[in-house]
Amino acid sequence: MENDNKETLICRCEDVTREDILKCIEAGYTTIDEIKRITRAGMGPCQGRTCRLLIAQELSSYYHVPIEEVLMTTFRPPTKAISMGALADAAKEEESK
Amino acid sequence: MKKGYDVVIIGGGIVGCATAFELAKRGITDVLLIEKGYLTSGATGRCGAGIRQQWGSELNARIALESTQIFEHLEEYTGFSGNCELNQNGYLLVAYTEKEWAQFQENLKVQHRLGIDSYALDLQQAKEIVPYLNTEGMYGATFCQKDGHANPFHCTQAYAEGAQRMGVEIATYTTAIGFTTAGGRITGVKTDKGYVEAKTVINCANVHAPELARMVGEDIPVRSERHQALVTEPVASLLNCMVMSFARSYYVQQVPHGSFVMGIGPHEESSFSFRSTWQFLEQNCAIICEALPALRKLNVIRQWAGQYDLSPDCNPVIDEAAAARGFYSVCGFSGHGFMVSPRIAILVANHLAGQEDTLDIKRFSKKRFETGELLLEPAVV
Repeated sequence: MENDNKETLICRCEDVTREDILKCIEAGYTTIDEIKRITRAGMGPCQGRTCRLLIAQELSSYYHVPIEEVLMTTFRPPTKAISMGALADAAKEEESK
Repeated sequence: MKKGYDVVIIGGGIVGCATAFELAKRGITDVLLIEKGYLTSGATGRCGAGIRQQWGSELNARIALESTQIFEHLEEYTGFSGNCELNQNGYLLVAYTEKEWAQFQENLKVQHRLGIDSYALDLQQAKEIVPYLNTEGMYGATFCQKDGHANPFHCTQAYAEGAQRMGVEIATYTTAIGFTTAGGRITGVKTDKGYVEAKTVINCANVHAPELARMVGEDIPVRSERHQALVTEPVASLLNCMVMSFARSYYVQQVPHGSFVMGIGPHEESSFSFRSTWQFLEQNCAIICEALPALRKLNVIRQWAGQYDLSPDCNPVIDEAAAARGFYSVCGFSGHGFMVSPRIAILVANHLAGQEDTLDIKRFSKKRFETGELLLEPAVV
């Protein structure tokens, strides 16, 4: 494994570096999901829009598999962060209909 | 994987991993744990992660108390180099009806008999603990400082690594697809990666435990019910403890990372669905914003779903299959498996190692659903 770019931030929301990701892969983790649960990569406000593909690249090059064969995480709602107040009001509106 | 093992455990959640660890501690190290995904990929990794001792039945309060005492030093107990992130900032249980408030007084008596440090609060005192709490419609609350939450991924990892160091093998991405028996005893497990002989099988597959048990002719009255949760963006510390209501069926907590994790508990038809719904988002936010209006401006960033393995009395079923001796099912935790797993694993391991236990494992037998000796619990979501 090359030693460069170890301090590069892979997940900007949760401050996870390339070194953190490589450590997980070297510890035997094979999927983005496992790495997400251990490091929090992809759990921040942007929900992994950047890091999940970067982690997929690292997995793909370490295990020598095409990137499309790396298991993707579930894309969870909401697509964009939304305030609890807006959601609470929507529930009230529906009730009053 | 070898040709055979003394024990094969099915399920890499906290129950399976803790059981593997406790068996190994008792010298039973010829153990294989198989998991169809990765460790915590089922209910453990989706759970609310709460740990509470404020139960209403003596049995549950005791199991929760003794489990908490293990969570308090799980790293040292398992030799884990990471941090299980136990946070004992307490649970505030709020009562919304007179009947519920009276039940809470009874629950406190049970807890006090066991030495659990819980107490009743009037609404003013409740607001001192949670300044943002809207106490409208509330009768009172109870609080226990030693309740809290821990990181389910790291706790499971702690048990798994501890078990592996003592010789337990863990095979992830390996699915149990069938069993072999001879003369009324279990003899082996068929997996998608091949066949392994097994003298004992422990079925810790949560909502999938009943379908595995059916393969050896055992019927377990446990069903799968979807429950959803959501998490917000992280913010500065606003809420120290868990706030929970049975009557309005909600829980909300701020985790050390700063995000709020919460859920509500509407009962649904049985399903194995992991899909989340927008109805949950709206209903959850309406209920939680009423209790804690200060959260209105918080942004929701993710929602997910998991399953409760619901038993008829909302308590675990631990039983040996009648037609396949040596095949044990440990399931039916009904949404509170994480917080009781340390003590339940000890109970199961003591039984299999022939060691005495102060709890009677027979109380968890499914026979109770016929005899009516149910493990009734007044303080359950």
